[in-house]
Amino acid sequence: MVREYIENIGFLSIHFIESVGRIIIFLVAGIINIFLLPFQFNKILEHIWFIGAKSMLVIILTGLFTGMVLGLQGYYTLSKFGSEGMLGSVVALSLIRELGPVLAGFMITARAGSAIAAEIGVMRISEQIDALETMDISPIKYLFSPRIVAALISFPLLTALFDVIGIFGGYLSGALMTNSNKGIYAQKVVQSVLMEDVTAGFIKSFVFAIIVTTVCCFQGYYTHLNTGGEHGARGVSLSTTNAVVTSCVLILVFDYIITYILM
Amino acid sequence: MTDPFIQFIDVKKSFDTNHVMQGVNLSIYRGEITVVIGKSGCGKSVLLKHIIGLMNQDSGEILISGKALSSLNKIEKKVFKNKLSYMFQSNALFDSLNIFDNIALPLMEKSSFSKEIIKEKVKLRMSQLEIDGTDEKFPSELSGGMQKRVALARALVVDPDVVLFDEPTTGLDPVRKKSVHSMIKEYQKKFGFTAIVVSHEIPEVFDIAQRIAMLENGKIVFEGDRDMIMNSTNQAVRSFIIEKEII
Repeated sequence: MVREYIENIGFLSIHFIESVGRIIIFLVAGIINIFLLPFQFNKILEHIWFIGAKSMLVIILTGLFTGMVLGLQGYYTLSKFGSEGMLGSVVALSLIRELGPVLAGFMITARAGSAIAAEIGVMRISEQIDALETMDISPIKYLFSPRIVAALISFPLLTALFDVIGIFGGYLSGALMTNSNKGIYAQKVVQSVLMEDVTAGFIKSFVFAIIVTTVCCFQGYYTHLNTGGEHGARGVSLSTTNAVVTSCVLILVFDYIITYILM
Repeated sequence: MTDPFIQFIDVKKSFDTNHVMQGVNLSIYRGEITVVIGKSGCGKSVLLKHIIGLMNQDSGEILISGKALSSLNKIEKKVFKNKLSYMFQSNALFDSLNIFDNIALPLMEKSSFSKEIIKEKVKLRMSQLEIDGTDEKFPSELSGGMQKRVALARALVVDPDVVLFDEPTTGLDPVRKKSVHSMIKEYQKKFGFTAIVVSHEIPEVFDIAQRIAMLENGKIVFEGDRDMIMNSTNQAVRSFIIEKEII
């Protein structure tokens, strides 16, 4: 019983270390392949369309309602201390430094990341990735590298969109729908937001872009190596679930680490 | 007889406790259709995947024109790989690409041809394989037989020296099986490539074979032509052929 328990811990530890090693090698290979000829401009554009442009609606909706909730809750809390005038600062800083990059990361993971993991997973089980290898086409260059570049371009832009829409949502619910001074909200936004806040938000979005693309592509690419003994369609569904869950957890972990470093 | 183009010498390969190849010795000659037969799961596809480099042997050597594959440097391996094409059992067509892009993919990604030349080459192959007019369609919109032809067009568009066919008739009805076999024979004659066909379609596949090898218990137990295999007294060969004929 005890021996079995220790064996399981050992097995899981080895599996964890192997997976971390494999994902790091995968990421490094993906980054190196970005700079190798031929450059994949068309594929990068296609992925910007898929990861970026097609995620805009969901980002606008979540940004708007996140901002509106922040506006309402912020107004309710601040009014207890007679500080409603600080609402613009609270909403803008919360969104730009924290909620914008994190929630945008979550939404892109849910919409594009899951699709990426599933698509690459299906390609793996239907031997399409093997077919690329037999044609001497690097699957990492073909499938992963253009997605990293596309995500690095799309994530900051979507985060910025989320922030702007969120600040507008906060204005709608916290200033326009209440009796507070409308001008002060905008003035506080402008006054309180510094370039370093914006930079911090963008640094997070760049890191999240790498995390989400790497985890989702990796999970799909190694669908056939999933432990748990699932193969075929169930293997792909397991990879997709793992991709989304791991991405979201890593976003939160790295959010804390980056916030700690930048503070 | 000329020297073998590809030669397996005592090649062994295991997956954990499953010893798939236990000392395979096999010779494949240039410009011929070599058919490898054997029971399902006996390691026929694994054998093909060693030639294309999708798998590496645990021991033994694979010689290419007398030179060990493992001793080739990166550039030599690339040159050899560019001479090969592989047709998968499942076709492995890219379901998110249309038929034209599927066939053009190896040229688009690996060659320095202009778009016009690539278009010309793809159209030529499509016309030779009688799949014209399907350019804009997606693989899921085509029948199984048409998908096989698309897979063959993709394999042939790079003008390969060697084409590896991994159970090309799996899942097809008897009429389509026959047509795929004739297609392989016809195009091999037309283009002159070396073909290695892995199959357990006995005796139909013998019609296209110039050489036949049988894999059993991780070893090649027979090598010869159609007449030799039909008259073979080897127990494993006899029982496999009889079993297949009864089925």
